[in-house]
Amino acid sequence: MSEQLKVKTMQEFMAEGKQPEILFWVGSAGSFDDRAKKISRAFVKLLNKANVDFAVLGTEESSTGDVAKRAGNEFLFQMQAMMNIELLNGYEIKRIVTCDPHSFNTLKNEYPSLGGNYDVLHHTQYLKELIDKGRLTLTGDGYKGKRITFHDPCYLGRANSVFDAPRELLAKTNAELVEMKRHKKTALCCGAGGAQMFKEPEKGDMDVNVLRTKGALETNPDIIATGCPYCNTMMTDGIKAHEKEDSVTVLDVAEVLANSQGL
Amino acid sequence: MEYLPNIIFALALIAGIGFFARNVKKLTRNIKLGKDVDVSDNKSQRWKNMARIALGQTKMVVRPVAGIMHVIVYVGFIIINIEVLEIILDGLLGTHRLFSPLGSIYDFLIGSFEILALLVIVAVVVFWIRRNIIRIQRFIKPEMKGWPKTDGNMILYIEFVLMVLFLTMNAADFQLQQLGAEHYHEAGAFPVSQFIVPLFDGLSESSVIWIERTAWWLHILGILAFLNYLYYSKHLHILLAFPNTYYGKVKPQGQFNNLESVTKEVKLMMDPDADPYAAPAEEDAAEPEKFGASDVMDLNWVQLLNAYTCTECGRCTSECPANQTGKKLSPRKIMMDTRDRLEEVGKIMDANKGEFVSDGKQLLNDYITPEELWACTTCNACVQACPVSIDPLSIIVEMRRYLVMEQSAAPTELNNMMSNIENNGAPWPYNQMDRLNWVNE
Repeated sequence: MSEQLKVKTMQEFMAEGKQPEILFWVGSAGSFDDRAKKISRAFVKLLNKANVDFAVLGTEESSTGDVAKRAGNEFLFQMQAMMNIELLNGYEIKRIVTCDPHSFNTLKNEYPSLGGNYDVLHHTQYLKELIDKGRLTLTGDGYKGKRITFHDPCYLGRANSVFDAPRELLAKTNAELVEMKRHKKTALCCGAGGAQMFKEPEKGDMDVNVLRTKGALETNPDIIATGCPYCNTMMTDGIKAHEKEDSVTVLDVAEVLANSQGL
Repeated sequence: MEYLPNIIFALALIAGIGFFARNVKKLTRNIKLGKDVDVSDNKSQRWKNMARIALGQTKMVVRPVAGIMHVIVYVGFIIINIEVLEIILDGLLGTHRLFSPLGSIYDFLIGSFEILALLVIVAVVVFWIRRNIIRIQRFIKPEMKGWPKTDGNMILYIEFVLMVLFLTMNAADFQLQQLGAEHYHEAGAFPVSQFIVPLFDGLSESSVIWIERTAWWLHILGILAFLNYLYYSKHLHILLAFPNTYYGKVKPQGQFNNLESVTKEVKLMMDPDADPYAAPAEEDAAEPEKFGASDVMDLNWVQLLNAYTCTECGRCTSECPANQTGKKLSPRKIMMDTRDRLEEVGKIMDANKGEFVSDGKQLLNDYITPEELWACTTCNACVQACPVSIDPLSIIVEMRRYLVMEQSAAPTELNNMMSNIENNGAPWPYNQMDRLNWVNE
């Protein structure tokens, strides 16, 4: 439907006898979830604009096993991890970039002791690197006059202390950044972590995402930006619960950037 | 008979310290019931953490009111210990104000102890008001009913009384110095207790001596009693905060440990050369290791140390997204339950010559329910909030592991999710061959 994205698989790189600059780890959400697929596309548009020579694993990619691990299924996690490591090491992958903080965390922190050692970046860190190196330039007024609040994904922020990259990117769109009361180290979870995404919540008096979006809406934002496909879903649902879906949009940082450049 | 007070004092001191040592031994034994865990890494980072978090109280002051009040009580506790040293030496040697030859330094020390004592009284009163009048949410959660509430108040009462005794003792001493009583040579500065002195107007010298001696004895006996109260109380944190911050997590919060026992099995499963019918090697013939934790002995000793260190402040629970939205999970309760169960196990061992005999109970179900465990989002807010580096999340995950790997007792939706991963490499039932379709949609 839209313009053609340039996406090459590792198999294609191998056939050409080449190595990509980075491997884009799309993740299960980025591959299959309708909302998250748009984030993958937005990120690829930016990679294409910056002429990054990147690869995906395509049909060879499989779940990192992260969610199984959080649920307590260490067996399944390690099975997935070792299969993925065999594949990644076979391709001699050095650098991995992903839009999913959960994949980011497990690839970066939990794969090494199982034999998978890679330089792993969250897409916001990589995009910032592209801009800093002058490979990606942003033009125009972008989101001037718009208020954006950033929701820190737990596994990006608190878990791995990545707070600045997404905020610096958002600032580059000339938007007005507003912080929620609970942000960075003390940010409130969206409610999806720890495998909650895949089950009904336990009995309580409120859903976590409704509480989190309440905090986000208190900043009077035009856009709630985040950097995680699961947070995205939870925040989007939360906005609907507050009946604010007409005035507030939930976007990934990559989408904010891509939109600001008319991509 | 001249030495009678010295002897009584020495006996009291020996009893106080001896009983405490016995409890420390029990405490150490209980903590060592936990599995071994390698914490020999990152030594310099660990020392830094201890200096910063325990000694420097950096995570306490994140909440300024409670934080600053706590720093006052903490500094008071540390500094006033210099005075306790003098009291102990006086008691043993039969001297009075042994350190007074320090002259103006001594005056300065006593003066600052007095000011700290007053500040401690103020802080303790504020703490009491927060717990009992304002009733701050985190102090009135369900797990705080009964002993935890009493314990919290008891500590405040004891500290209050000890400080009042300290000031009374000084005031009486000051009065006696001015009266020129024998033994009570002029020493010390009394910026706070001087205001108590008028209460002694008209009392005979012997009455004031009696007040001074009584306050002196009650103060030191009170301190010895308080020392021995620690083991039964959340107040143990004043000692354990130091080792606990040293042994606390030094890896990124998001990094969970990989179970080595699982790695071994998975490697075997994935090894095409492995003989599935091979007889187990000699060392593997032992009972296979249990996956995850259903009781305290399945946890590692740092997690058990965590439980004894918890001072039930509830910052973890007040930051927990599940708890905030009315779910049963409370990270503080996870720690309190772990300690209670560990104490129970310890008592069973005491009653059975050091052997643990099953009482048909365990940490899982009898203390912590699956409903609590499954409400966790693993967001690490509790870990972040803890002022003494306790990691409730690691216990939750260890117990989930038991539920899933030993009991296949995950919620149905999670079982579906996991079979999807097994079958098609994604938590949803989509075909792996469709993984790249997003490019052309």
